[in-house]
Amino acid sequence: MSEHIDSVRTYALVFAALITLTVVTTAVAFVDLGPFSVVVALAIAVCKALLVALFFMHVRYSTGLTRLVVLGGLLWLLILLVLTMSDILTRSWVGVPGR
Amino acid sequence: MANDAHAHAQSPALRVQFDTETQQKDASTLGMWLFLVTEVMFFGGMFLVYTVYRHAYPGIFAIASSSLNVYIGAANTIVLLCSSFTMVLAVRAAQLGQRQAIILFLILTLVLGGVFLGVKAYEWNEKFQEHHIPGSSFHFEGMQPDEQAHAQLFFSLYFAMTGLHALHMVIGVGVLLFLIRQAQKGKYSAEYMTPVDIGGLYWHFVDIIWIFLYPLLYLIDRHLKG
Repeated sequence: MSEHIDSVRTYALVFAALITLTVVTTAVAFVDLGPFSVVVALAIAVCKALLVALFFMHVRYSTGLTRLVVLGGLLWLLILLVLTMSDILTRSWVGVPGR
Repeated sequence: MANDAHAHAQSPALRVQFDTETQQKDASTLGMWLFLVTEVMFFGGMFLVYTVYRHAYPGIFAIASSSLNVYIGAANTIVLLCSSFTMVLAVRAAQLGQRQAIILFLILTLVLGGVFLGVKAYEWNEKFQEHHIPGSSFHFEGMQPDEQAHAQLFFSLYFAMTGLHALHMVIGVGVLLFLIRQAQKGKYSAEYMTPVDIGGLYWHFVDIIWIFLYPLLYLIDRHLKG
C-alpha cells in the first residue's frame, strides 16, 4: 500500500505538544484575563484538536473528499452555534420577550 | 478489466466492488468521517446548550465549575492523551505489519481508557457525596434558592456531557476488545488493517470531544477562587 507512515518521532513530538498545551491551559485558567480567559482556553483547545485531527487522525494525508466532509461538518456546527447565539445575544437589544 | 482481475488475485482482502486497495481504504475512511461528522453535530447540540446557559448565568457557572477538582481533571486529560498516543502507535504498527506491536499498543490503549473511566467514576461518586447531583437532594453550599437552580443547570450539563462522553469511551473499549481479539487471530497485516485505522479514528474523535469538555467544564474563571 502506498499510504504515508509517520515516524514515531513525529507522533512523540505531537504528543509532547498536546501535554504541554494541557498544562498551559490549566495554568492560564488561574490567571485573571477577564473576558479573554474563555478565548484563550478555546484557542488552546482548537490547537489541540487540530494536532489530533491532522496528525493522529491522518487528515494531512487524507483524500480531498474526506477533507471536504470534515470541513462541511465544521461548517454545519458553526451554523448551529452562530445562528443560535446571534439570536440569544441580540434579543435584549430589541426587547423581544423571553430574555 | 484484466488489471482488476490481477489486483483481486493479488490481494484477498480486496472486495469485488472496489478496483484497488487504496480505493477500498479511502471509502472506509470517508464513511467513518461521515459518521464522525454526525457525532460532531450530536455533541454540538450539547455544546450549544452549554454556551446559551453559561452566557445566561456566567457567575454561577464559574462558582459551580470551581467546585470540580481541576487536578483530577487535568490528570485525566493527560491519561486520555496518552491513550491517543498509544492508539496512533497501534495504527502505525498495523501499517508496518508488526503484529505483536499492534496487540501491545491496543492493550495499552485499553488500560489507559479503563483508567480514565475509573477516575471519572471516582469523580461522579464524589458528586453524590457532595449532593451535587441535580434533583431533589441537590445542595450547593452558600447559594440562594434561585442560584441553586442555576447551579443545578451547570451540573445537569456536566453529567450529560461527561456521561455521553463516557458512554462513547465504553463503546470504544468494546471496539478495542474486538480489535485485540482479531489481532490475536492474526487478521491484520500491512495489506489489510482498515479496522485498526477506523477504530483509531473513533478513539481520537472521543479524545477531541474531551479536549473541549475539559476547559469548558473544569476551567471557568478559576482565578476567582484563588
